[in-house]
Amino acid sequence: MGRYIIRRLIQAIPVLLGSTLLIFATVFVLPGDPIAALAGEKRADPTIVAILREQYHLNDPFFVQYWNYISGVFQGNFGRTFANVEVSEIMAGKFQVTLNLAMTALILEAIIGVGLGLWAALRRGKATDSAILASTLVLISIPTLVTGFVLQLILGVQLKQSFGIDFFPVAGISEGWRSYLVPGFVLAGTSIAYLTRLTRTSLVETLRADFVRTAVAKGMSRRRVVGRHALRNALIPMVTYLGADLGTLMGGAVITESIFNIPGIGQELFRSVYERQQPVVVGIVTILVLVYILANLIVDLLYAVLDPRIRYE
Amino acid sequence: MSDIRPVGPTRAETEQDAAEQVMTVGVPETPLTVEPERKPGKQARPASLWNDAWYDLRRRPLFVLSAVLIAILLVMAVFPGLFSRVNPMDATTCVLSNARQAPSSVHWFGTDNLGCDVYARTIYGARNSIVVGVSTTIVTALFGGLLGLIAGFKSGATDTVLSRTTEIFFAIPQILGALLILSVFGTGNVWTIMLALSVLAWPMTFRIMRAAVITAKNQDYVIAARALGAGSGRIMFRHILPNAVAPVIVIATINLGGFIAAEAALSFLGVGIQSPDISWGLMIDSARDRFLEAFAPLLFPALFLSITVLAFIMLGDAVRDALDPKLR
Repeated sequence: MGRYIIRRLIQAIPVLLGSTLLIFATVFVLPGDPIAALAGEKRADPTIVAILREQYHLNDPFFVQYWNYISGVFQGNFGRTFANVEVSEIMAGKFQVTLNLAMTALILEAIIGVGLGLWAALRRGKATDSAILASTLVLISIPTLVTGFVLQLILGVQLKQSFGIDFFPVAGISEGWRSYLVPGFVLAGTSIAYLTRLTRTSLVETLRADFVRTAVAKGMSRRRVVGRHALRNALIPMVTYLGADLGTLMGGAVITESIFNIPGIGQELFRSVYERQQPVVVGIVTILVLVYILANLIVDLLYAVLDPRIRYE
Repeated sequence: MSDIRPVGPTRAETEQDAAEQVMTVGVPETPLTVEPERKPGKQARPASLWNDAWYDLRRRPLFVLSAVLIAILLVMAVFPGLFSRVNPMDATTCVLSNARQAPSSVHWFGTDNLGCDVYARTIYGARNSIVVGVSTTIVTALFGGLLGLIAGFKSGATDTVLSRTTEIFFAIPQILGALLILSVFGTGNVWTIMLALSVLAWPMTFRIMRAAVITAKNQDYVIAARALGAGSGRIMFRHILPNAVAPVIVIATINLGGFIAAEAALSFLGVGIQSPDISWGLMIDSARDRFLEAFAPLLFPALFLSITVLAFIMLGDAVRDALDPKLR
């Protein structure tokens, strides 16, 4: 087990190096000079520009710059912005916000997706099943942009004006966990539909298996057959999807953050690209790549918990 | 059963037949139920995967509905003038004093913040969405598909290098990566959006093609073709490709809708299509600030965007059901 984890982490290093190199190169060729931008409207003093360029190692060749950066990252140092603020300091708060949003989305996704999928699988071929499948199709097709604004209007404005219900905040994060409910649902939208379909397919397959028939023949209650026998065996593809989705949700949060005015890493990345704050841009993407790698590792380790037949050498 | 096909070395000897066999693998033998031959005298063609899929598709209401929707959207993209007399590219058609009017007989979808006709803009917005969706799909299918074919067929070092490379791309978040690439170009247009999306999306096609090629590579007919002296190129393109291409077509159709949604998202964020060019994402963005006063300028592009994505996803679903008999 320990050796397996170490091997997986070592395998992750080339992926991390490759993706950060790509991002670093992209940011490197971004048009515009961050130092000149610091001076704003005025023409920058050439002496100061020269000193700053030296200080931020901007005159070094590309690979030297990359090496300096990445060796810093491995020591937990994400560098400083051109306004001399620690990048890790900027990221920490924003990262927490996006993580909250993504986790809310993931929890909603797991509850609704598994619930609907289970329901559809148990009513296979009936009207409920068809209705659920049709609604997943619609849910997949409506882009975040659309669900976001429509829910903002319905829950944030109409519900409040018509019924006086003000339970769902639809902008900012000042209301604690409730602030994340609607944005989380919007972010999870498409994933809910995919998870529903996946749960249904996986469960339908398991319900046909011999051991389920045996369990029924033994006289077990339907609840126990479905819960203990079928669902547990159908769980692996679902957990794989959920694990891979955490990274996708965090990376895809930028649109939801923009609609609901949530100050997360998506918004921060967006601003940093405009301000040419290269260290912030690379830092955010590096963290997201790490989340993706770790989430996949955790999913692989969970397999053994879900199915004791799976062992790691 | 009147349709017993002769088997044995005499028929399988020519390569022509080997290729024909390739097309029929994975499909249930021609009808077991006795079907009266429609044209006696002319030999019935064996049902290939494609014939079978087409036969199946035409009978699916979901396919027919999505095909009709897509046909309308394509006409809209090529000849928007057929649908709207107002040309929204002409700035004189916008009258500022008419800003944010409710839908009426003159302005079917109302007017936006600048007094432009929302209906005309929505119709003209179809083109950019369709162009980005279709071109990205073609580029990723060709590029990812070709590399996947090579990686699956060659295996060894080529495969390792290519597969490790895709892992790197998989780890980069799609929208954020595209946002970054588009920022490098400065101003976005359909081709830079296509490029940004393709750079991040080809590994998906690669993986699916590679898996399909590895399955097809070990089939008997490939070994037979090799034994008959066929070269690598011939085996790859005549024998393996026709058998491995179905899952790639399925994923490409499903992804098309996703690319259209991504274009709208990038334009919404301000790095995609730029004004005065028209895009549904851009229209949603410009309507968002005043959407409590006028919901129509936001609603209609959003509706068209959703219907377009829905049409392509339904098509993808139908194509998958038809091409993947295992899921039936």
